[in-house]
Amino acid sequence: MAFEGLTSRLQNVFGKLRGKGKLSEEDVNEAMREVRLALLEADVNFKVVKDFIAKVKEQAVGAEVTKSFTPGMVVIDIVNKELTELMGGTQSKLAKSNRPPTVILMAGLQGAGKTTSSGKLAKMLMKDKHRPLLVACDIYRPAAIKQLQVLGEGIGAPVFTMGDKTSPVEIARAGLAHAKEHGNDYVIIDTAGRLHIDEALMEELRQVHEVANPDEVLLVVDAMTGQEAVNVAQSFHSQLELTGVVLTKLDGDTRGGAALSVKAVTGTPIKFVATGEKIEPLEPFHPSRMASRILGMGDMLSLIEKAQSNIDAEKAAEMERKMRTAEFTFEDFLEQMEQVRNLGPLDQLLDMLPGMGKMKDMKNVKVDEKQISRVEAIVKSMTKVEKQKPEILNHSRRKRIAAGSGTSIAEVNRLIKQFDDMKKMMKQFSSMMGPKGPKGGMKGLKGMKGMLGKGMKFPF
Amino acid sequence: MSFFKKLKESISQKTETVTNKFKEGLTKTRTAFVERVEELILRRKKIDEAFYEELEEILIGADVGVNTVMTLIDELRVEVKKRKIEDASELQPVLSEKLIGLLKGDEDNKLHMEPSGLTVILFVGVNGVGKTTTIGKLAHKFKSEGKKVLMAAGDTFRAGAIEQLEVWGQRVGVDVIKQSSGADPAAVMYDAVQAAKQRGVDVLLCDTAGRLQNKANLMEELNKIYRVIQREVPSAPHEVLLVLDATTGQNALSQAKLFGEKSGVSGLVLTKLDGTAKGGIVIAIRNELQLPVKLVGLGEKMDDLQEFDSEQFVHALFAGLIQSAEGEQSDS
Repeated sequence: MAFEGLTSRLQNVFGKLRGKGKLSEEDVNEAMREVRLALLEADVNFKVVKDFIAKVKEQAVGAEVTKSFTPGMVVIDIVNKELTELMGGTQSKLAKSNRPPTVILMAGLQGAGKTTSSGKLAKMLMKDKHRPLLVACDIYRPAAIKQLQVLGEGIGAPVFTMGDKTSPVEIARAGLAHAKEHGNDYVIIDTAGRLHIDEALMEELRQVHEVANPDEVLLVVDAMTGQEAVNVAQSFHSQLELTGVVLTKLDGDTRGGAALSVKAVTGTPIKFVATGEKIEPLEPFHPSRMASRILGMGDMLSLIEKAQSNIDAEKAAEMERKMRTAEFTFEDFLEQMEQVRNLGPLDQLLDMLPGMGKMKDMKNVKVDEKQISRVEAIVKSMTKVEKQKPEILNHSRRKRIAAGSGTSIAEVNRLIKQFDDMKKMMKQFSSMMGPKGPKGGMKGLKGMKGMLGKGMKFPF
Repeated sequence: MSFFKKLKESISQKTETVTNKFKEGLTKTRTAFVERVEELILRRKKIDEAFYEELEEILIGADVGVNTVMTLIDELRVEVKKRKIEDASELQPVLSEKLIGLLKGDEDNKLHMEPSGLTVILFVGVNGVGKTTTIGKLAHKFKSEGKKVLMAAGDTFRAGAIEQLEVWGQRVGVDVIKQSSGADPAAVMYDAVQAAKQRGVDVLLCDTAGRLQNKANLMEELNKIYRVIQREVPSAPHEVLLVLDATTGQNALSQAKLFGEKSGVSGLVLTKLDGTAKGGIVIAIRNELQLPVKLVGLGEKMDDLQEFDSEQFVHALFAGLIQSAEGEQSDS
């Protein structure tokens, strides 16, 4: 199942086209076949793919490619733009009722992540100083109510339950009244998972909908869903009139073509994405990133944003200066490592880089968090002077450091050697980049690239 | 020649209820998949590019998997050339043969049980596929076969997971070994294995927390659970079952691969198969991973978890074809 990424595939197709002025229909057809395969492999529904390809083809025929060295990129650009557009506007907001409480109904298949997403949604609302009430309407799955209670307790949101003997319709009604009485401005109704073909349960959901009259009906969809996503979305939409979609489990290695399918058949925006098992706020959905992901091109943008929000701009600038002038010391090294770690677990970071997924598969880059801690321990066992002037590290000092960090001399030696290599590399780099260096917002990125690029040379 | 006849004979020896369960559970797959292929062949008389493309779409639409479909179509092209087939209807037997070939394997679909003494079955999978529910149903099945069953609440992470298994325990009358939420799952497994040994249990069913297969640390944790069980009972776990949601797309292959590496998956459980038209994933997994499907969830009821039987599966899926094949035979 090795997927090479659309970029390299298209480059193969277009390699032989170098020098041609315009793309002929035949060239485009061949390219479209690759695009089609890429989308199908990403689980985009085949019907959606068909329409999509027709649209892109129209634009691609006759597109100017002479100006570009890589005709493949022109096509990718068209595909990417079209995909992004198809997935709709950025960062949808939750609807807000004029007469509070605002009611949000969560629906979806079993195991899509409704209950966890409800908790995350509540957390998100609480961050904005709202007072959500969680209503437990899943009376079927054993301990589903308990799950919501535990989640509510964890984030400090109230949970309304009536046990599993009352009908969900009644619970919804009573939950709403409870919210009005207690001044909750949002009500999140968690419902039982159900198959879209289960008529009895769908009817029940319709009744809950009638009673609750929700301002938002969110369909919770597992990002790993395959071709069936279309049917699921369609039947939920026809019965409940969805207002939005929550895409869950996006931290897996799925390409998430289901997102496109769902959007295409319902026309409702994907409002949020959920990652990770811990209860953290839902994240907004970014169509352009999803597009790159579906095409197998990595999630560069998310990484950059993460870096920007986590890395102190001033520090980054200072670091860059140090790198350029090769004043880089072990102290800076430690600081950088901490900054990179603040971004999250390294393997997750690597996943966001284009092409990295593949490298990890090859086991070339084994990300070992323990190894990083070991490196950290070594550096921390150095004295202040040693950190600033690594050249004074003689044998007896190294021995002491090894003992102090619980590692061996060999490991200490290796680290120092790599540190030196890294410094040399930096010098070379800086002469390439010129004295001014990159400007503005790019700084964070370049810094990141430097760190990660170097980081990979390190023993982790 | 009649493959279908043989199949029919062997099916007729099996209990009718099971056959019906498969038939009902796979109705959706049958209409979406087999009947569409038939319709295509009837509608399109000629075999041309458009025909192949439509066939491709039907197969992919059933989540058969892009790689498998591409190979299949290529093989068909070769056959068509070799046998100089022009009419679409002549292609039908070739196609059915190929599809059945993909579905039918010689591997053992039976659960591997210790003939005497303790059998340990470990359940793994991503979040929300139905591990706990499957364990509950399976406990019911073993219990009604007169076996002594114990369950281990190894999902100490998700809120309410332990309680969920406990409710199942009460329903089917089986004890649950547990620790508090947040405990080390490997420790729970250790306790459970010890308890199982002491109480002379026949089957120990071990639940684990759902985890995405690309989370290195969580996968290591799973590996530890596996090692702990193995250390306490050298022949165990007798089965490591990867629970897959039948609505999952191509990611199922990645799941099977990575879980296989860390926990030695020995078979698959396909849940929620009744709700989808996606029996096709069975073909993809079989073709690309050589992992046998051991259990399938064909409905919501307690006894809707069935041992997977490829003959039943093929029979239920190709019911229409089998009838027409019979018709041809009586003609000749």
